Amino acid sequence: MLTRTVAEPLEEFVRTDGPRPTTPRLSARGSYRIAPYVAPRRLLRRLAALIEGRGWLRRLFVSAERGSKWALYGCRMCGQCALPATGYACPMTCPKQLRNGPCGGVGAGGECEVYPDRPCVWVTAARRAQATGHTADLDRLQRPIDHRLWDSSSWLGYWQGRDADLWTAPAPQRPQLVLLPVLSSPGQAHD
Amino acid sequence: MTEGLRATLSAHRFAVTAEVGLPHGADPDGLTARVTALKGWVDAVNIIDNASAKVAVSSLAGAVIALRAGVEPVMQLTCRDRNRIALQSDLLGAATLGIPNVLLLTGDHPRFGDHPQAKAVFDLDSIQLTWLARTMRDDGRLLSGRRLDPPPRFLVGAVENPFAPPIDLRAARLAKKVAAGAEFVQTQLIFDVPTFERFLRDVRDLGVADRVAILAGVGPVRSLRALEFLQRSVPGVHIPDEIAKRLRGVTPERVAEEGVRQCIETIDALAGLPGVAGIHLMAFGFERGIPELIQRSAAGALRSTPSSERGGDGAH
Ligand code: SF4
Repeated sequence: MLTRTVAEPLEEFVRTDGPRPTTPRLSARGSYRIAPYVAPRRLLRRLAALIEGRGWLRRLFVSAERGSKWALYGCRMCGQCALPATGYACPMTCPKQLRNGPCGGVGAGGECEVYPDRPCVWVTAARRAQATGHTADLDRLQRPIDHRLWDSSSWLGYWQGRDADLWTAPAPQRPQLVLLPVLSSPGQAHD
Repeated sequence: MTEGLRATLSAHRFAVTAEVGLPHGADPDGLTARVTALKGWVDAVNIIDNASAKVAVSSLAGAVIALRAGVEPVMQLTCRDRNRIALQSDLLGAATLGIPNVLLLTGDHPRFGDHPQAKAVFDLDSIQLTWLARTMRDDGRLLSGRRLDPPPRFLVGAVENPFAPPIDLRAARLAKKVAAGAEFVQTQLIFDVPTFERFLRDVRDLGVADRVAILAGVGPVRSLRALEFLQRSVPGVHIPDEIAKRLRGVTPERVAEEGVRQCIETIDALAGLPGVAGIHLMAFGFERGIPELIQRSAAGALRSTPSSERGGDGAH
């Protein structure tokens, strides 16, 4: 039903007319297998702090992250990676940037409403999550992202625990939306 | 007969909402006439937010015109054209003007509208917007954390399309919208009742059926041109072959009546399903025919019978 779209990196990279649904090059299984190695731990937290402290090192790290995640997932560097909760298919490649699941316009064959020559990235995400036993992840409520973080490293944030509250538990009962760590820092009381 | 959508839903009476088109010029009279014609027939009219990404009178203004005409509006608000500042501002504005219902959606991509050059905003998605509206109302806070005094009081609605892939996850997506705060949901046009029944069953299995009122989307296909348009150009609408064949099978001057009849049969089938709280009529410029659709279908009978006399379907 779905044909695999292989992104053409260069042509895609210079496009300015917004994101296009991208099917990852790295399988879901492979992605989940790698995940534990980059999970936050003390060593990585220290390393992240070290990298952030040096401008040139940070820039180098960010380009490495951009390049590798672009090639594997079509990553657009939103800086708040949703991949671990979306079957490792990047929702920011959706032309509507939907982080909580597909829109209602998905074609009968699973094609994107906006770019019918490509499969909807959420259909891809669902298929990958289902195939690897991660369907419940799709029930998590994804919070609004912080647009100041575009083009910054999601890994450095992740290792230092800054994006711990990007999404809720799988079956939430109306959790609080406001006051998540990424959006408000201490001392920014609004009352 | 109509004391508003919230009252109808909380009394478990069969609800009817209907979509009305908005003017493309600065004229309030046409819209006033269209909503006035529905007065007493429906619980609320949907005031669309720049449908198909084509510029029309804003849904906020349209909702106020409906209020003035004495008809309760459901104000649609899409994520396409506004960032979170404008969304919260419009929600607050709507609440301040006394608009009792909002319907929150992602919106069609500008690429298909009359300004394909436009920047698509999509700062939030429809689930985040639903969550935001409930946070504003129930927690009395903006996304910034700032308190709202007094908070808005609108009923929060969402949409779902049971026919768009991944079909097996559509009920879960509805459950997600309910978790985010949707209290009622209007569905995409239903032509394929068995698939919709499967969707309802999934919704029940997920245990959210009694936490959300589902208004089943219906509308008459009154010409072969409309049929082709729906099949080809409206994303997410699925018309089974039998229905297309049925409309093509009658003489040209009878297509309109056949379409109306098909729509009435669909309403009759839907009205009997457990888990259907009402219908949402999308009549594509045939708003004047809405009273007829209600009268000739099961919706009419259900709405003239007090809910206490209707057995079994009290819990939606
Ligand atoms: S079909 Fe909708 S949800 Fe899927 S990628 Fe296209 S715009 Fe995004």
